[in-house]
Amino acid sequence: MADFLLELLSEEIPARMQAKARADLERLFAAQLNDAGLKAADITVYSTPRRLALIAKDLPAQTEAVSDEAKGPPEGAPDQAVDGFCRKNGVTREQLEVREVKGRATYFAVINKPGRATSDVLAEAIPAIIKAFPWPKSMRWGEASLSTESLRWVRPLSGIVAILGDDLVECEIDGVTSGYETVGHRFHHDGVVTIGNAGDYAEKLRACHVLVDQAEREAIVREGAAKAASDGGLELVADEGLVVENAGLTEWPVPLLGGFDPAFLDVPEEVIQLTARVNQKYFICRDKSGKLAPNFICTANIEATDGGKAIVAGNEKVLAARLSDAKFFWELDQKTPLEDHAKKLSNIVFHEKLGTVADKVERVAKLAEWLVSLEGNGFDQSSPGDTFHREVSEAARLCKADLVTEMVGEFPDLQGLMGGYYAEKQGKSKAVANAIRDHYKPVGQGDEVPTDPVTVAVSLADKLDTLVSFFAYNMRPTGSKDPFALRRAAIAVIALLLENGIRVNLGNPLFKMTGELLLRTETSAAKESLKAYAALEPFVGRKAASDAIIVALKGSEKSPEDEGQEIVEKAGKATTALLDFFAERLKVQQREAGVRHDLIDAVFALGGEDDLVRLLARVNALQAFVETPDGGNLLAGYKRASNILKKETAEQVEAKSLSYTPEKAEKALIDALDAAQPDVTAAIAAEEFEKAMTALANLRAPIDQFFEDVTVNDSDADKREARLALLARFRAAVHQVADFSKIEG
Amino acid sequence: MTLSGAFAKASATHIALAKKAIILTDQKPLSFQQIILKLHDYWSEQGCAILQPYDMEMGAGTFHTATTLRALGPDPWNAAFVQPCRRPTDGRYGENPNRLQHYYQYQVILKPSPPDIQQLYLDSLTAIGINPMLHDIRFVEDDWESPTLGAWGLGWEVWCDGMEVTQFTYFQQMGGFDCKPVSGELTYGLERLAMYIQGVDSIYDLDYNGNGVSYGDIFLDNEKQMSEWNFEVANTETLFDLFRKATAECENCLEAKLPIPAYEQAIKASHVFNLLQARGVISVQERASYMGQVRDLAKGSCEAYMAKNGWDA
Repeated sequence: MADFLLELLSEEIPARMQAKARADLERLFAAQLNDAGLKAADITVYSTPRRLALIAKDLPAQTEAVSDEAKGPPEGAPDQAVDGFCRKNGVTREQLEVREVKGRATYFAVINKPGRATSDVLAEAIPAIIKAFPWPKSMRWGEASLSTESLRWVRPLSGIVAILGDDLVECEIDGVTSGYETVGHRFHHDGVVTIGNAGDYAEKLRACHVLVDQAEREAIVREGAAKAASDGGLELVADEGLVVENAGLTEWPVPLLGGFDPAFLDVPEEVIQLTARVNQKYFICRDKSGKLAPNFICTANIEATDGGKAIVAGNEKVLAARLSDAKFFWELDQKTPLEDHAKKLSNIVFHEKLGTVADKVERVAKLAEWLVSLEGNGFDQSSPGDTFHREVSEAARLCKADLVTEMVGEFPDLQGLMGGYYAEKQGKSKAVANAIRDHYKPVGQGDEVPTDPVTVAVSLADKLDTLVSFFAYNMRPTGSKDPFALRRAAIAVIALLLENGIRVNLGNPLFKMTGELLLRTETSAAKESLKAYAALEPFVGRKAASDAIIVALKGSEKSPEDEGQEIVEKAGKATTALLDFFAERLKVQQREAGVRHDLIDAVFALGGEDDLVRLLARVNALQAFVETPDGGNLLAGYKRASNILKKETAEQVEAKSLSYTPEKAEKALIDALDAAQPDVTAAIAAEEFEKAMTALANLRAPIDQFFEDVTVNDSDADKREARLALLARFRAAVHQVADFSKIEG
Repeated sequence: MTLSGAFAKASATHIALAKKAIILTDQKPLSFQQIILKLHDYWSEQGCAILQPYDMEMGAGTFHTATTLRALGPDPWNAAFVQPCRRPTDGRYGENPNRLQHYYQYQVILKPSPPDIQQLYLDSLTAIGINPMLHDIRFVEDDWESPTLGAWGLGWEVWCDGMEVTQFTYFQQMGGFDCKPVSGELTYGLERLAMYIQGVDSIYDLDYNGNGVSYGDIFLDNEKQMSEWNFEVANTETLFDLFRKATAECENCLEAKLPIPAYEQAIKASHVFNLLQARGVISVQERASYMGQVRDLAKGSCEAYMAKNGWDA
């Protein structure tokens, strides 16, 4: 048994790649051992900016000898068959053994694989691992790169240490040969370091100012930064991402406390933090009262001869230059009111088909105004002219203005946040400033969902507009591709509606918005038909209005009317696709809450349910119901009824007055339906979905009894027809609640 | 080369230079021109041809034919030079202490990239007075890409006490062609480096010659006037016309199988495009199309250069 050390020395490996590189090294190495039939008692992996290393404990000196045998053709088989068998197994004819198999003499090839020296296995494994290494980006270098086939590594690979026990594992790849030698710290140690074995590797390097164990370096950064802060009477703002990154950038981390001019604290905290963190990889600190302190902690890679004074002074200067840029932007941006910034949005293209950001803002504002003016929508009572309405309108028109500010140009992550600050500085109301700041939220599932009504209105309008726009031009997410983050936008809309109980029938506004958007590029005839649509729609509804226009336009021979028709059709299609998209997202979003996806389908399939709050209430009631014995049985009865009806080609089974005296169970079902149907209708109209379910439950016993006692397929045609009609009526009653055919089980 | 051999050699120079640096730090810091002279000296000793700046306006030293064109093909090539860079949109009328529309890069190209290139670079820092035991020098991931040149490479920005002082790149592709072999490119930001070495807060306060002339004495008026011209005065019709003419002339040269003059026209088109950008007359939509045109010219020139030399892609 012996321990094995592998070190792959290179130029600086990006910090962000090191964790995965360690995992990949371990995985690839273990796979190579496994292929050879070897196993290590333990594998440890290390990384520093300049090296990837691995120590495998207790490897046997040899792989085990293996003996395999293969059964061949019977004795006396044609030569061709026997020779083929020999070739396949790499043996000669003389080496074949003959054994009895079921009374027949049969050839056997016995293949003995002797054990291999582990060092030979490793000598082959190392180049294989290097060649197969999955760096996110790799490169060629040096003289060998005359050929594009030359070795690739994340940065030039300069050395390999490979020692099994105390012995060198000799290997070579593209001119880099294995040895006992590596290097110490770039500046603290000159020349080579000779490693004896896996046991002294870490300690020898430690003596040369290299800590190979990233966990140790991380602890030094974490604790050292905290200590540097507390020594200065401050508290560190913990940041594990920075800990890992700084440990990945240093072989000998030395956290140092520096400061900046408190005058910079006028600049918003987030800006200071971002500047320090993203650009400089510094930690920030708070004072005892929790306020941001004019200090930072950088992590040097050397124990400087002056104790770090020059390093701190240098870093202070760099940060000061960056902060003075930020302060300059902060002050410059405030010289222009947001209203004037917003004008410049007409220079920014939102999407080539969708106009500028200014166009989008205008759409968002109109939509937000419309949303809050709907009656009974869950928002505060609002009408044009009141404060709430004015605030929504103002916030929507200013929500993207910060995109053209210098600060957001420099730090795109600060979009929204800066707009909020500037609005506040400009004396806008708290509600408006908050809405500008938070209107991007929620970003993804789990993010905080806004509840401030002005913010909700603007956020909702922004996302709905994005969805409508891209769906209108058929730029929908496909598979894993969702370049405009539409899935996230839909999830956000759902969360905003449900969290805030906002009642809105999405279908109509989505259709109208789509139509208007498509019109931007279309002819006046198209505009006319949309106007006609708008006039009709309030009276007859979305579907009927668009049908009417399509029918009316069909009379004429060709464009421009055709174009108008096309738009209406396109808008209709896009809206349907978008509503389906919401249904899909709702299923994903509700999965965690344990809501069944088939029940969401069942309610959506009814069509016309585009109020997500109501839809979910209905789904919840349905779920509670189908999981009771009554619900389960009713579902069974429904399935039976619809199976029978399915066989009937006549779709419209019409109810007529009976020409015969119904059987008892038949009569009972008729009575139950007479009683239940109005109750179900009333309950649904009142949105009392549990009551509707209870009313449906009353049908369960009669339908069971009906199937028990009554023959549907009676030889009397009248009876048969009447009974089919009764089943259809039963099905229709159930469909008032949900399309039960979509329910699984 | 064995590791120990390489390191024995490198560390001997390294120690000698470090000692020199320690002495240097006690002295008056180098002037702007001394920094350039020291770098010339140093890279000359490493066997580089010390070139003069290219006599055309360009946005970065990488545009110099000594970098772009010489990075193509198999021939070894080691050169160093100062290149004035013009970035019209970075002009600040001389009012920003850190930004100018005209500044200098010191560029080194080593082809193929030598195995000790990092140490060679670090020793150059020591040569201009930066002591690596006193200052924190780090190689921080920063990959480089120039869509205009159809080029990319992997490398780092080199930090000195948190400040980026050099861009360090291993060219992988140039003009859309794989680099065979790979060149190592070092680009020092001379003003930044000098500000650091001299400890001044404004570019204009840099000591230029160690004898009373400041950077501002030489360049402040230039910045003011050029900013005004770039942003406000330059005749945009003339510029659009220049762009068209450079494009046409580039194609003319390509037809005549003259890749170097063709490439010069590509550089010209690129700079005129930058001026048009500064004048704010190129919309976002048009921007991509103009960049595409410049890229096609540059790539076409590289392709012609390869063909002229009889090199395969």
